[in-house]
Amino acid sequence: MRSIDRKSLEKALETYRVLDEDGNLVGEEPSISDSTLVKMFEYMVRARVLDEWLLKLQRLGKVAIHAPNKGQEAIVGAVMPLRPEDWVFPSYRDLGVYLVRGMSEEEILDRALYNEDDPLKGSDFAIYGNRKYNMVPTPVPVGNQIPHAVGVAYAMKYRGEDLVTMVMFGDGATSRGDFHAGLNFAGVYRVPVIFVCENNGWAISVPFERQTRSPSIAFRGLAYGVDSIRVDGNDVLAMYTVAKQAIERARKDKEPYLIEMLTYRLGSHTTADDPSRYRSEEEVREMMRYEPLKRFKRYLVDKGLITESEADELYRRYSSYVEEAAKKALNKSPLPRDIFFYNVYSTLPWNLKMQLEEFREAIKTIEEFGLEVD
Amino acid sequence: MPVMNMVQALNLALREEMERDDRVVVLGEDVGRRGGVFLVTEGLIDLFGEERVIDTPLTELGIVGFSIGLALYGLRPVAEIQFIDFVYEAFDQIYSNMARIRFRSGGMYTVPMVLRSPCCGGIKGGMHHSQSPESFFIHSTGLYVMMPSGPYDAKGMLKTAIRLDDPVIFLEPKSIYRVIKEEVPEEDYTIDLGKGKVVREGGDVTVVTWGAMVHLANQAADFIKEKLGVELEIIDLRTLYPYDKDLIIESLEKTGRLIIVHEAPKILGLGAEISAYIAEEHVDLLYGPIIRVTGYDTPFPLAHEKLYMPNVARIYNAVKRSLEF
Repeated sequence: MRSIDRKSLEKALETYRVLDEDGNLVGEEPSISDSTLVKMFEYMVRARVLDEWLLKLQRLGKVAIHAPNKGQEAIVGAVMPLRPEDWVFPSYRDLGVYLVRGMSEEEILDRALYNEDDPLKGSDFAIYGNRKYNMVPTPVPVGNQIPHAVGVAYAMKYRGEDLVTMVMFGDGATSRGDFHAGLNFAGVYRVPVIFVCENNGWAISVPFERQTRSPSIAFRGLAYGVDSIRVDGNDVLAMYTVAKQAIERARKDKEPYLIEMLTYRLGSHTTADDPSRYRSEEEVREMMRYEPLKRFKRYLVDKGLITESEADELYRRYSSYVEEAAKKALNKSPLPRDIFFYNVYSTLPWNLKMQLEEFREAIKTIEEFGLEVD
Repeated sequence: MPVMNMVQALNLALREEMERDDRVVVLGEDVGRRGGVFLVTEGLIDLFGEERVIDTPLTELGIVGFSIGLALYGLRPVAEIQFIDFVYEAFDQIYSNMARIRFRSGGMYTVPMVLRSPCCGGIKGGMHHSQSPESFFIHSTGLYVMMPSGPYDAKGMLKTAIRLDDPVIFLEPKSIYRVIKEEVPEEDYTIDLGKGKVVREGGDVTVVTWGAMVHLANQAADFIKEKLGVELEIIDLRTLYPYDKDLIIESLEKTGRLIIVHEAPKILGLGAEISAYIAEEHVDLLYGPIIRVTGYDTPFPLAHEKLYMPNVARIYNAVKRSLEF
């Protein structure tokens, strides 16, 4: 049994910040190298640009569906202190995470368009991941990955490795059993896992205050004996600072940690959603003031690490870069037509072999009559 | 008579049932202010208030377990699972409780609830927005399972489901939510549990199907008539459990040939049960093998979903094989 002291309670209820919404320092300035700071900003810009392009490609009917990321780019701060060998279980609104882990814009576009180079081979929409980057593709039922991350962290500890696991999920997912089981196991077994709850205020149309009556998600983490902190999730410096400490501690002491990233979903839930049905445009306009890129840019400009025009140039450069990458990805061939027969089992059982034959006969009929399918 | 799509017809059914019976409450994720992600519950919150049209936290387990409680105490909950693909968190509640409380209590308690949910493929929804899990529910024993194929049936069937004293899984093929439009009466009517319907008469081959596949079968029937000069008789089961065996037998007495078309995977799909039943009890009616045209035994893919699902070419090949026997 763990007791909860006043200090941990405060951490779970108050909001940790380094920068205010105008980029002024309001907390202790972390010591981060200039090159890391600039890199951090670059990842955020890349995530913003890619998000805009995925939205554009969805509107053009090229991408099936996209979960807009705008406003949540400070998540990059949570992932940057990880080592490549650490494992990440991202959520489906985490372009910044994918980029930091090493995915290129090209790979993300191949995935979104599920063309011949799609690493996930046309399995599902709006999810990303790749073994190359120790990043497991997201299950669409929200929060399913939470106990998986705890299991991986247990296995890392079991093998005596100094590695950690990080898992992202939204505020809605904290209502599901997966969250509670995952947190409970992490607390009981004391494993090196970092939970990052991206609390963006809205689970589709349900606002946070209708999702739970708990004062914060961090408060719920404490209830499971997991040290937890609520952070201004639009402040990338706060995110980086908190995550770095949590990761170092998990590595050393094998203690789990929950970071509640208080942010805001500026866009729709997905491109299939219509937020005007449940929230006002004034609210979104008001929340634009707090978005993470603007304040971080101000901080970097004040520090003399970047100029306004360099920042604009960065945005333009990545925009044309993604435009080119999108053209390339759109020109690629689709996946082979029988792709879905593979990767169900390591080898085809007899019934699937029979069905593959039937499938080939169907293709012949389709070709014989010039039938329109697909 | 107004012309409606399935979303409007379902909305009307809910509205009429809520006006008729104050025990009927609606709950689920985003069913209130948002009106449901497909707008089936649109406007209900304005008419009936948030105590009767309940936006729930994000947990299917919670939605189903809570609905069971409402139903035990005499309310008639109509719970929405946003996509049936998300229902699995609630499976313990469905299997061990929703389907078992009448039996466990020796008939003292019942769970008169409806769990309605969009299902099935054809919208490029990928793995977790496209599946057809009707077999899990039928196999659970203790649940009725329904799936309408058009607006008229949808309204009458949902009303029946709400009025039944046993729990109903009500699956709505989302790919035809808006594309099929029909005249739908604004007055009260119901469609009996367990009653299928012959939607196209023909003397050569019987096709048993349901949901969106009814429309595919019709399309295939036109094509097959043109290419092979063969007439399909299409049966829309509507109720998947208990399914209308008599209607199938009646048709087989005429055709002697049976093809079953469903989106769910072949292995242990409802087609397997129907095939086994006919083979056990009515093998004398058959001129040839029963053939199933189904989703393949793989997860539902994002890539090439129309090749994964039953399609005209696959039904054509099945009819040819059936006739060649």
